[in-house]
Amino acid sequence: MYAFEYHRPSSLDEAVALLTSDDIKLLAGGQTLIPTLKQRLAMPDALVDLGRIEALKGIRTEGDSIVIGARTTHAEVAASEEVRAAIPALARLAGLIGDPQVRNRGTIGGSVANADPAADYPAAVVGLGATIHTNQRTIPGDSFFEDLFTTALDDNELITAVAFPIPQAAAYEKFANPASGYAVVGVMVAKTAGGPRVGVTGAGPCAFRAPALEEALAGAFTPEAAKGVSMPATGLNADIHASAEYRAALISVLASRAVAAIG
Amino acid sequence: MSIAITMTVNGREVSGSVEPRTLLVEFLREHLRLTGTHVGCDTSQCGACVVLMDGASVKSCTTLAVQGDGATITTIEGLANGTTLHPMQQAFNDHHGLQCGFCTPGMVMSAIDLVARVPNPTDADIRKGLDGNLCRCTGYQNILRAVKAGAQGMQTGMGG
Ligand SMILES: Cc1cc2nc3c(=O)[nH]c(=O)nc-3n(C[C@H](O)[C@H](O)[C@H](O)COP(=O)(O)OP(=O)(O)OC[C@H]3O[C@@H](n4cnc5c(N)ncnc54)[C@H](O)[C@@H]3O)c2cc1C
Ligand code: FES
Ligand code: FES
Repeated sequence: MYAFEYHRPSSLDEAVALLTSDDIKLLAGGQTLIPTLKQRLAMPDALVDLGRIEALKGIRTEGDSIVIGARTTHAEVAASEEVRAAIPALARLAGLIGDPQVRNRGTIGGSVANADPAADYPAAVVGLGATIHTNQRTIPGDSFFEDLFTTALDDNELITAVAFPIPQAAAYEKFANPASGYAVVGVMVAKTAGGPRVGVTGAGPCAFRAPALEEALAGAFTPEAAKGVSMPATGLNADIHASAEYRAALISVLASRAVAAIG
Repeated sequence: MSIAITMTVNGREVSGSVEPRTLLVEFLREHLRLTGTHVGCDTSQCGACVVLMDGASVKSCTTLAVQGDGATITTIEGLANGTTLHPMQQAFNDHHGLQCGFCTPGMVMSAIDLVARVPNPTDADIRKGLDGNLCRCTGYQNILRAVKAGAQGMQTGMGG
């Protein structure tokens, strides 16, 4: 690791005031950033540690949404009675991330900001129609992920919380890479007042909705309807773990399993 | 830039002055000379470096020492009571849960975290609980037996 300076603000305002250049990075759980620093893929001048900002922690119900502070760990979301009661699929998703130690440190804000194509939370952000709250504005989940590791966040914009509308029912199914735990493909299916929603991660450069599946499920909310949709492989990821065609097939298969799980 | 930090490690208050890039595992091994915590991969994969931070298991190779400022840390050296091994250590001994022993400190710390959350773990719970720990000697079957016995030992306060 190259040397860097370190700041540990105790309030959001202090943190934002410290973000004066591109070369200053936020540190949340460090489960992605610290390995990146070790590999010297990033060499920031300074880190601003969000670890002591209490306002960024915690889970609360606000109206029809579950609002999760950016600094909330995957383990806290997985264990939260509030999340398990309102959106069990989200608690399950959090409990499938990486391993226990990654879940004890990694945070929802870090995961969403990082926008790894194989990360789990992005499937929930688009699949459940979440809203990203930042220090400046709110961003609809549908337009948050733009490309590989690219989001709608401006430089030096800080995620404060992610708000998930409570669906009528939802399920998350993931085909995990056995070594890393990351999603080769992960699919969140939600039944909502506005109709079915399907969020896909792992398959493309960033998470996306699958309108073809949503339409099929609006017609008949059955596993067969989901399996009957043949997803195009164009533009999907291909690597040593899976071809684009295999990922395309997995989307329909996992969507049908999620529908079956919803029942 | 050097930062003064203080933490409680194995019941003892310690302080030091570290660069921000110093990893928690470096602070433990090189500053405090607690070399029971190992570095296997240094890339967050193997779990040889697992310690308890405020009661939760973390990979100390993927935590900065400054992030641990003010925290309570337990390493493998902090488990035994004098010459009496912790029930989980005793169970690894009794059930041959180690071959070369390199992964063992991390395995034991992860297992203790697991049992704190799931007092009577099933085989599936144990496998999931040790997801973040790799054993290069691949002694997984005996590790599984050891953790099962260790969990019972922790309930009764005896060696497994
Ligand atoms: C072994 C291993 C296995 C893993 N497996 C999985 C998996 O199966 N599924 C999965 O989804 N993930 C997985 N991860 C990634 C893990 O979930 C990370 O915790 C997560 O990607 C980043 O969260 P963090 O809090 O650690 O962020 P950090 O590493 O601290 O930060 C990541 C990035 O986000 C930025 N950032 C952090 N917080 C904010 C904020 N509030 N606002 C704006 N920007 C912010 C940082 O500047 C940095 O660029 C794995 C990681 C490891 C090491
Ligand atoms: S040395 Fe920390 S996970 Fe391998
Ligand atoms: S006993 Fe040798 S690495 Fe596990």
